[in-house]
Amino acid sequence: MAKTHVTMKVNGAEVEGLVEPRTLLVHFIRENLQLTGTHIGCETTHCGACTVDIDGMSVKSCTMFAVQADGSDIMTIEGVANADGTLSALQEGFRMMHGLQCGFCTPGMIIRAQRLLQENPQPSEQEIRMGISGNICRCTGYQNIVRAIQYAAAKINGVEFKEAAE
Amino acid sequence: MNDLTPTREQRTAALEGMGCKRKRVEDIRFTQGKGNYVDDVKLPGMLHGDFVRSPHAHARVKSINSEEALKVPGVLAVITAETLKTVNLAWMPTLAGDVQMVLADGKVLFQNQEVAFVIADDRYVASDAADLVEVEYQALPPLINPFNAMAADAPVLRDDLTGKTDGAHGARKHHNHIFNWQMGDKDGVDAAFRKADVTIKELISYQRVHPCPLETCQCVASFDKIKGELTVWGTFQAPHVIRTVASLISKIPEHKIHVISPDIGGGFGNKVGAYPGYICAIVASIVTGRPVKWVEDRIENLSTTAFARDYHMTAEIAATKDGKVTALRVYTIADHGAFDACADPTKWPAGFFNIVTGSYDFPVAHVNVDGIYTNKAPGGVAYRCSFRVTEAAYCIERAMDIMAQKLGMDPAEFRMKNLIRREQFPYTSALGWEYDSGDYHVALQKAMDTVGYAALRAEQKARQEAFKRGETRELMGIGVAFFTEIVGAGPSRNCDILGIAMFDSAEIRIHPTGSVIARLGTKSQGQGHETTYAQIIATELGLTADNIAIEEGNTDTAPYGLGTYGSRSTPVSGAATAVAARKIKAKAQMIAAHLLEVHDDDLEWDVDRFRVKGNPEQFKTMTELAWAAYNKVPPGMEPGLEAVSYYDPPNMTYPFGAYICVLDVDVDTGATKVRRFYALDDCGTRINPMIIEGQIHGGLTEAFGIAMGQEIHYDEDGNVTTASLMDYFLPTAVETPVWETDWTTTPSPHHPIGAKGVGESPNVGGVPCFANAVNDAFKFLGSTHIAMPHDHWRTWTVADKLGLHA
Repeated sequence: MAKTHVTMKVNGAEVEGLVEPRTLLVHFIRENLQLTGTHIGCETTHCGACTVDIDGMSVKSCTMFAVQADGSDIMTIEGVANADGTLSALQEGFRMMHGLQCGFCTPGMIIRAQRLLQENPQPSEQEIRMGISGNICRCTGYQNIVRAIQYAAAKINGVEFKEAAE
Repeated sequence: MNDLTPTREQRTAALEGMGCKRKRVEDIRFTQGKGNYVDDVKLPGMLHGDFVRSPHAHARVKSINSEEALKVPGVLAVITAETLKTVNLAWMPTLAGDVQMVLADGKVLFQNQEVAFVIADDRYVASDAADLVEVEYQALPPLINPFNAMAADAPVLRDDLTGKTDGAHGARKHHNHIFNWQMGDKDGVDAAFRKADVTIKELISYQRVHPCPLETCQCVASFDKIKGELTVWGTFQAPHVIRTVASLISKIPEHKIHVISPDIGGGFGNKVGAYPGYICAIVASIVTGRPVKWVEDRIENLSTTAFARDYHMTAEIAATKDGKVTALRVYTIADHGAFDACADPTKWPAGFFNIVTGSYDFPVAHVNVDGIYTNKAPGGVAYRCSFRVTEAAYCIERAMDIMAQKLGMDPAEFRMKNLIRREQFPYTSALGWEYDSGDYHVALQKAMDTVGYAALRAEQKARQEAFKRGETRELMGIGVAFFTEIVGAGPSRNCDILGIAMFDSAEIRIHPTGSVIARLGTKSQGQGHETTYAQIIATELGLTADNIAIEEGNTDTAPYGLGTYGSRSTPVSGAATAVAARKIKAKAQMIAAHLLEVHDDDLEWDVDRFRVKGNPEQFKTMTELAWAAYNKVPPGMEPGLEAVSYYDPPNMTYPFGAYICVLDVDVDTGATKVRRFYALDDCGTRINPMIIEGQIHGGLTEAFGIAMGQEIHYDEDGNVTTASLMDYFLPTAVETPVWETDWTTTPSPHHPIGAKGVGESPNVGGVPCFANAVNDAFKFLGSTHIAMPHDHWRTWTVADKLGLHA
């Protein structure tokens, strides 16, 4: 099948590649760019494991063609850590609050939560739950993911996070 | 000693051993997208396989024409049953003693069954070509309803079993019959029912569901023709068993097969069995000499690999009029689908379903299970539970509620009256299990006190009155469930898989600097083994958890083990870990005695060191002893400091818990809202409270999904109508309730550290608790049993049938 040339910025770096018009963005990211932190859970836009950030929006990359992302600015989980290599507030929050178990939903969940906190820096619990409702986790029951995002929000906002007693 | 010398407490805390909320080692890579899952494995020259699948539930395969598919550039081969017959692999053995078609051999027996396997150099091309394979079918009448399976005129599903009157588990009484399994005292039960003051009988069906981990099943097979060696990376909960099975059926010597389970994106029982995709990828790699990847999509996952439940249980309880249970009788139709591919210990065709007496002191009981074939996907896996234990818990907990209702007793009071008492442990149940330990009344009382049970019942009463007066359209339900699990399979005397005893293993090696590597026969799928096994070793050996690396999942390096499912990692491999550590500690003690020039018996253990009794200033730390093990051992002792343990558990472990759910039902919409869910779990010794809490949250959420909406549904033609996440309910953060967790601690008396396992308890206890809450909301209107799942539509229908919309 004839291939199309695409260029985009991924995690701050200019990348390019030749793709079929039907190549899904998630396959371009995982196979061509070798960024395997973005996962595939359903291929039908339900589970959110493939969530990436495109031009300031959370997008499920399993139902977008790579050619549609031509010229866009993308962030994947591999671009989330701080410049000095330390964990970002969200990554740290997920670890501190036990917001992950098998880790398969985690990249999509963190990418989504990062955009959520940019849209709403001080979300309520209900706003967090609604904000991540496009991302399914089969392990945690979400409670500790909510706490992880609250932890990160507090850290970013420079306020003390009160960990709920067990 | 000076002010800078750490105290005993500080030294203990520095270890991050058992009992501490150690943060997870795994999270460093997972939060950065640096996990290594099967689909992340990429090898030079790797090919991709994709299946041609049956649109029919039951049909003859008249012909398969691959001509057009093979013309697609990039397609290397199309494998069919005829191809597999040349290597004697058209059928494969199942873990349950049956055989299963790898690719359709003459017939298809369920929708989406594997018919042909297309191999191409690109996954898109493989999919394109699969669409071009022409298969001609002759449709046959499908058998979908399990209650029709043994009718005289039921269609014959398994032509291959024609004339076989015996199966792997005894006599077959019909062409669609797999096994009959009975346990208990039938005559005693009959006698008790004849004498009973009160009896109940109810058909309690547990619908077909699917574990649906977020990562589907997948593998990469790579056969090296020069060395004659096969390497398989796969989503395997039990990599060693997979290697043995692969060796037995491929005839490749076991030492030339390398099975690797890398990071696994959730399992929940879905990844225990062997599936046609694995066999086809292996054969394709052998045929082509190149690595072959097979990745299931979500529809394939939900409709072909590993369903769970589909148990239809008719439960009867006999009781005295003052509320003492006197007998239990359960007859079950078990729908196993087209092949018996249950992943149970070999001698247990209905798993440990005989735990169905639950937490109650039944003097006599009898269970009787008929396994049958239907035109549905094979499986019958333990979805986040020990083998058939969630079915048993759902059955007994619903039945107890129904009996309480008939007696006019409160369900909690009725349970209190019948729970096994503390002084009865170890307790031998009427169906043959020896419950190792328990303190049930304390647990249930704590649960009731915490939620304010009496006040909730008073509120419910007032709400019911208000409802009758037409002041509210909401009903309040209070669900009580008390469960006992049976996990940690298991003792070699009664548990094996294909003849391999269900032990598990740990190998610990202490390096000269006191850092450690430990390898285990289990395989984490999110449970956090890299974190928690290190905590056991840290406490046992007094070495800091951060200096202990845990490895699992590589059959070349890990000791043989039976894998992770049925909550067996902590009860079995956790025990092996402690036993291996104690072997090391015993050797270290001898080295310490040698260095300190005292007798072994003059030493005592103190957190991270051996010290001379009565002279605590004289000591050797484990770190010092590790170094000494490589250069200053006593005369005659071998150098080095390592040990291995293959642990054959003396008994199962029996975690238990008391759960209470409070919910409100809107009778006009059928919508339910969980107001409160309280879960008290007793898993014995607690290794990492943070991880335990996380496991309980997750298990409760899966229980919520099952009870309130999940179902793998087939229409009458055998079309699976719930094979995508559009139709199959997985709770999101919005629907999922907030969980309250609590605990009591009753250590297992036979486990080296007293731990019992916990990962599956919340699913086992959670499902009946939600179901009991929904039923409880309606029972004052005369309803006795409402079938799961309790989605809004069904709940609205119940309200409608009760005349609440008139």
